[in-house]
Amino acid sequence: MFTDDTIAAISTPLGHSGIGIVRLSGKDAIKIADKIFLSPKNKTLKQILSHRIIYGHIINLNKEIIDEALISVMRSPHTYTKEDVVEINCHGGPVPLRRILELVLKNGARLAEPGEFTRRAFLNGRIDLAQAEAVLDVINAMTEQSQKSAIEQLRGGLSKKIEAIREKLIELTAFVEAYIDFPEEDIEPMSLTGMKERALKIQQSLRELIESSHYGMILREGLKTAIIGRPNVGKSSLLNALLEQDRAIVTEVPGTTRDVIEDYLNIQGLPVKIMDTAGIREVEDIAEKEGVKRSLFAMKDADLALIVLDGSEDLHDTDRELIEKSNPQNTILVINKIDLPQKIKLKESKTHKNVIASPDTSGRSNLKDEILRGVYPEQKDEILRGVYPEQKDEILRGVYPEQKDEILRFAQNDMRRAQNDMRRAQNDKLEVLSNHIVKISALKGMGLDELKDKIVEAVLHGKPANGSGIVTNIRHVNALERALKSINSFIKEIDKKTSPEFLSVELRESLDAIGEIIGITTPEDILNRIFSNFCIGK
Amino acid sequence: MKSNSDYDIIVIGAGHAGCEAALASARMGLSTCIFTMNLDTIGQMSCNPAIGGLAKSHLVKEIDALGGEMAKITDKAGIQFKILNKSKGPAVWATRVQADRALYRKYMRESLETQAGLDIRQEKVEELLVDKNQVYGIKTTGNPSPHPSPARGEGERIYNAKAVIIAAGTFLNGLIHIGLENFPAGRAGEPPSTRLSKSLSDIGFKIGRLKTGTPPRLDVKGIDFSVMSIQEGDVPSSAMSLFTKEITNSQLPCYMTYTNERTHKIILDNLKYSPLYSGVIKGIGPRYCPSIEDKVVKFSDKPKHQIFLEPEGIDTDEYYANGISTSLPQEVQVKLVRSIKGLENAEIKKFGYAIEYDFVYPTQLKPTLETKPIQGLFLAGQINGTSGYEEAAAQGLIAGINAALKIKGKEPFILGRHEAYIGVLIDDLVTKGTKEPYRMFTSRAEYRLLLRQDNADLRLMEKGFNLGLINNEQFNQLLEKKTLIEAEIKRIKSTRVKPDIINPVLAKLGGTPVKENASLYQLLKRPEIRYADIAKISAPHPNPSPLRGSEGRGELSHDVIIQVEIQTKYKGYIQRQADLAEKFKKIEEKQIPEGFIYKGIPGLSREIVEKLEEVRPFNLGQASRISGMTPAAISLLMVAVERRKREQNQNVKIKNQN
Repeated sequence: MFTDDTIAAISTPLGHSGIGIVRLSGKDAIKIADKIFLSPKNKTLKQILSHRIIYGHIINLNKEIIDEALISVMRSPHTYTKEDVVEINCHGGPVPLRRILELVLKNGARLAEPGEFTRRAFLNGRIDLAQAEAVLDVINAMTEQSQKSAIEQLRGGLSKKIEAIREKLIELTAFVEAYIDFPEEDIEPMSLTGMKERALKIQQSLRELIESSHYGMILREGLKTAIIGRPNVGKSSLLNALLEQDRAIVTEVPGTTRDVIEDYLNIQGLPVKIMDTAGIREVEDIAEKEGVKRSLFAMKDADLALIVLDGSEDLHDTDRELIEKSNPQNTILVINKIDLPQKIKLKESKTHKNVIASPDTSGRSNLKDEILRGVYPEQKDEILRGVYPEQKDEILRGVYPEQKDEILRFAQNDMRRAQNDMRRAQNDKLEVLSNHIVKISALKGMGLDELKDKIVEAVLHGKPANGSGIVTNIRHVNALERALKSINSFIKEIDKKTSPEFLSVELRESLDAIGEIIGITTPEDILNRIFSNFCIGK
Repeated sequence: MKSNSDYDIIVIGAGHAGCEAALASARMGLSTCIFTMNLDTIGQMSCNPAIGGLAKSHLVKEIDALGGEMAKITDKAGIQFKILNKSKGPAVWATRVQADRALYRKYMRESLETQAGLDIRQEKVEELLVDKNQVYGIKTTGNPSPHPSPARGEGERIYNAKAVIIAAGTFLNGLIHIGLENFPAGRAGEPPSTRLSKSLSDIGFKIGRLKTGTPPRLDVKGIDFSVMSIQEGDVPSSAMSLFTKEITNSQLPCYMTYTNERTHKIILDNLKYSPLYSGVIKGIGPRYCPSIEDKVVKFSDKPKHQIFLEPEGIDTDEYYANGISTSLPQEVQVKLVRSIKGLENAEIKKFGYAIEYDFVYPTQLKPTLETKPIQGLFLAGQINGTSGYEEAAAQGLIAGINAALKIKGKEPFILGRHEAYIGVLIDDLVTKGTKEPYRMFTSRAEYRLLLRQDNADLRLMEKGFNLGLINNEQFNQLLEKKTLIEAEIKRIKSTRVKPDIINPVLAKLGGTPVKENASLYQLLKRPEIRYADIAKISAPHPNPSPLRGSEGRGELSHDVIIQVEIQTKYKGYIQRQADLAEKFKKIEEKQIPEGFIYKGIPGLSREIVEKLEEVRPFNLGQASRISGMTPAAISLLMVAVERRKREQNQNVKIKNQN
C-alpha cells in the first residue's frame, strides 16, 4: 500500500520456461540487488551504467553461489515505473525464481501487491489512465479469483491452524497490553517465563506451518528427486528413460555426467523435478569430486532419493554407505540392469546382515570380550563413542577392577539399549527399503511404471495425502516467516527483560504479518480479549 | 420571538468538551457564546474526581501543548498527583491527578469568564436552526427553571451564528436508572435535553443509545480508614501542564478496600431489581468500566473486587467509591456498601445510578468533527459516543479550532494517528465508529512509542503556536528546549571517554567494563546508566539559558535531561516506529476530494462502494482503515482519484485557454 518502498515480484509466469525474471522497483532496488549479486570482476550494480546488462552470480546470505544470472539495471526515470528498476534474469523454473525472490525479500524488498508495478507506472505518469485501468481491472479480477481460491484453500485445516496461532498471539498480546494499560487493576502479572512459554508454543506452531508448506511447494513446484548411485550403475539411463528424451550424456566411462541438470516430469499429475548427479565415489578428478559433493548435497536437499544399484554386480561399499546415509522415509532403492544376469542378492539386501554387519546378540553375556574381539567392528567405535564415553576407557582398560562387574553390568545395559535402538533404526530402514525396492532395466524400459507408482506412493505415504492444512501460497509463507521472525525477537527481548511496551511492538508485528493471511487484527480485537479475560473496572 | 445578537460560534454545553471548544474559538479571535443549563456546573466532573491516567494524560498533555485549558485547571484543582507505570518505559508513563470537584468548576468558570470574546449564557437550547444543509443558529427557551413557563413560546430566543458546536454530554434524552425506577435527567439532579435530540434526528442524523454509570458517594464520617490501605501521591507532585510553576493545594490520600463474598451474595440476590439484568436498560455500557453487578456476574470466580475511596475535594465530606458503580435500588446499595470492610457504618450521600443517553453515530462526522450533512455544525464529546473527560476535552478543542478555521476560510486542522492520541481518537471515531462508549487506551495507538506524554510539547506545540493558541513566550521556550536537547545529544555523542575513567563508574553500577574509548552516548544506552551518571563523568557546558536551568547553576533542566535520556536509550525502537510512521504519512497525504463519486470505479465491488460512501474518507490512508478494504481496492481507488485530479487540471487548462 505504501508508495515509495522497494517492491519485488517474479515477472515471468511460473512455468518451466528456460529464463525467468525477478523484478525490483523502488529507491533501494539497486542497493538490494547488489546484496545478492557477485560479479566475476567484482563490479557492483551501483557502478554500472543505466540500461546495461551484467553477468554474474546470485549469492545467498552465507555468500554461497546459488545461481548464475544476467542482471539489467535501469535507473529512474526511464523505466516502466519511473523508479529504479532491476531485473534479474535467471534460470527459469519456479525453484530458482522463488529462491531469488525470497533473497531479495530478505534483503529489504517487499512483495509487490497485485498490479503494483502498473499502479506505480501510472501514478508516476509513465503510462496513461486507459492502460492502467485495463491492467488493474484484469488484475483486480484475478486477485478476486485468487482470493476466492485462497479462501477456499484457507477453509480447510490451514485456516484453523492459522486462526489458532492468531488466537494464541492475541491472547499473549492482550496480556502484555493489559499489563500496560491497566496498571492499577487487580491483574495477576504474567511472569516473563509464562510469556516465554506461550511464545515458544507459537514459535513452534509457526515453524511447523512453514515447514509443512514444503509439501505445498512440491505440488506447485515439483518433487525434488535426486538420482543417486555410484558411477555407471545407470543413473543417466534411468533419467533418460524417465524423461524419454536424451538430456544427459550416457556413456560407459564412469564420471562423465558431471553437471547437475534438472528437469521436470509429470507422474500421475505429480510434478517431479529430477536432479541427476555425478556418481558417488572418491576420485582424483576435481570435477568428479565436486560431483560427488553435490550428489551428497542433492540427496540431503531432495524430497525423494532414488538410490540406483547395479543388479549385475554385488553391493559395493559405496552402495551400502549410501543406503546407510539415506532417510528411509523418502528413499526408493532402484535395482537396475535386470536384463543382465543378476548378481545382487535381492533377498539378502532385504535383511540386515548383508547390508550392514549385525551385532551378535549372543554376546550380551560378555560385553568386554566381544568388544575386544571385534565381533562387530563397524559399530564398536560408534557405540563406545556415543553411549558411554566416560566409561569407555575404564571398561577397556579395566582400571577399576573391583568395580568391574558393576560397570560392566551398567555398560551392558546401556549397550543393550543402544543395540536395540540401532536395530530398530536399521529395521525401520530395511522395512522401508524392502517396501521401496523396484527392479528395472532403464535401457530396456522395464519396470518404469512400477517405479513411477512407487514415487507417487512414497509421496503420499511419507507426506500428508492432500492439501488441507498446508500452506501453498508464497505470500502466505512469506507472511508466516515474518510472523516467526517477530516472535523470535519477542523471545529474545523477554530474555533481556525488556519493558512490555517494546514486547508489544514485536507481537503486533507478528499479528500484522498473520493478518495478511486471515485478516487484520485490530486494537479492538485485543481490547475485546482484555475485557473478556480480565475484570477491568477502576 | 426575537432575534438576539449574533455570534461567530455558538457552543452548546459547558462540560469538558464545551469549555475547550469555546476557549479555543474565542482565543482564535471569533466571537463566541457558550450555553449552559446551569452556570454552577461549568466544568463539572460528573463521574470520578480524577483526571488523567493511561492514555488519558497523554490526551490532556496534548491538549495542553495545543493551548487548551484542561491541564492547567487540573493542576490548580489537583489534590493528589501520581505517575503510573513508573516501572515501565517512558512511552507508557501516565500522570493521574485526583482533583477537587468544586475547585475544578471554579477555576474553569473563571477561565471562561475572563476570556475575552466569550459570552456565557444560562439558557436551554431547544432547536438547531438549519437552512439548506447549513446551520445558522439556535433557538433557546431562555433561562431554564424548574418551574416551566406558563405559556409555550414565552422566553424563546434565537441566536444566529456561523457555526454551532454541540457538546451536550449525557444530556440528550438522558434517562437515569436506580433500581427498576427511572426518570429523565441529564445528570443526577439536572434536567435532560429532549428537544435538541429530536432536532438532530429530524435533520436526519442516525442516533444511537449508550449507557454509563456511577457509584455511590459516601460520607467520610462513617468510613473507617484505619482498616484500609492508604495510597499517597508522588512527592514532589509532577504537574499535568507544562505551564504550571507550582502545585499549591494541600495533598490528600486515597484509600483502598475490597468487596467480599457477602457483598457478592447481596448483589446476586438482588439482580432481579437491577435495571441492567432485568432488561430495562437497552443502551450499551462500557466494558472497561462495568457496574459491580457486571463484575460479580461475569467474573464469578473472583472472590473480591477492589474499591478505591477517592476524596471529592478538600472542603467536602464526600468520598467517591470507585469500583462499585451500580444501578441497584437504594436500599440494596446501602446493604452492599455496608458489607464492605471499613464501610460497615458508612452513609451514602448520593446514590449510584446508571444513565442512558442518545449519541450521534460518529461516522457521520468529518475528521474536523463537522457533521457531513450539515455545514457549520460540529459535535464534540460524549454526544459522539465517547466517554471520559479527557476524550471530551480533546474533541472540544479540535471542534473549536476547526469551527474557527472554517469561518476564517483556512485549511482544516487534522492530527494524524502518528502525531497524537487526539488523531487516533478522532480517526477511530469517524472511520470506524463505535458501539460502546469509546475510551482511549494506549493500545489503540500504532505509534505508541512516539506518542509519549513527555514529548507532547515537542510534537504539537508548534502547531498550537501556528493556530494562535500558544503565545510567543511559550513558543520560544519550546524552541530553546529543542535546541538544548539537540545540543546535548550532539555533545554526548562526540564526548569520548577512556576506559580507566568509565570502568570505575561501571563497576559501581554493576555494568560490564569497556575495553576501548566509549562515547557518553554509548554509555547512556546501557540500561544501568542514567543521565546523572554520565553527567558526573563529563558535565555539559554551562547552560546558555539561565532561565531554564534549575537553581540557575547552568545545569540542564529536568525536562531536557529526560528527553536526552529517552531519545538515547530508546533510539532503536523509536526509530523503527518513526520509519513506519513516515511511510504511513505518505499514504495519509493522498487526499480524496470532498464529494468524490465512488460509483462507477471499475472493479470496485458494491459492498466496498457502500462503505466508502458511508465513511467518505478524507484520504487514502483513512480509506484503507475501513473494514473490508482490500489492497487491490485501494489501488483502484488511488488510480481513480488521480484520474479525477488530472481531469480537473485538464479542465482548468481548457478554461484558462478560453
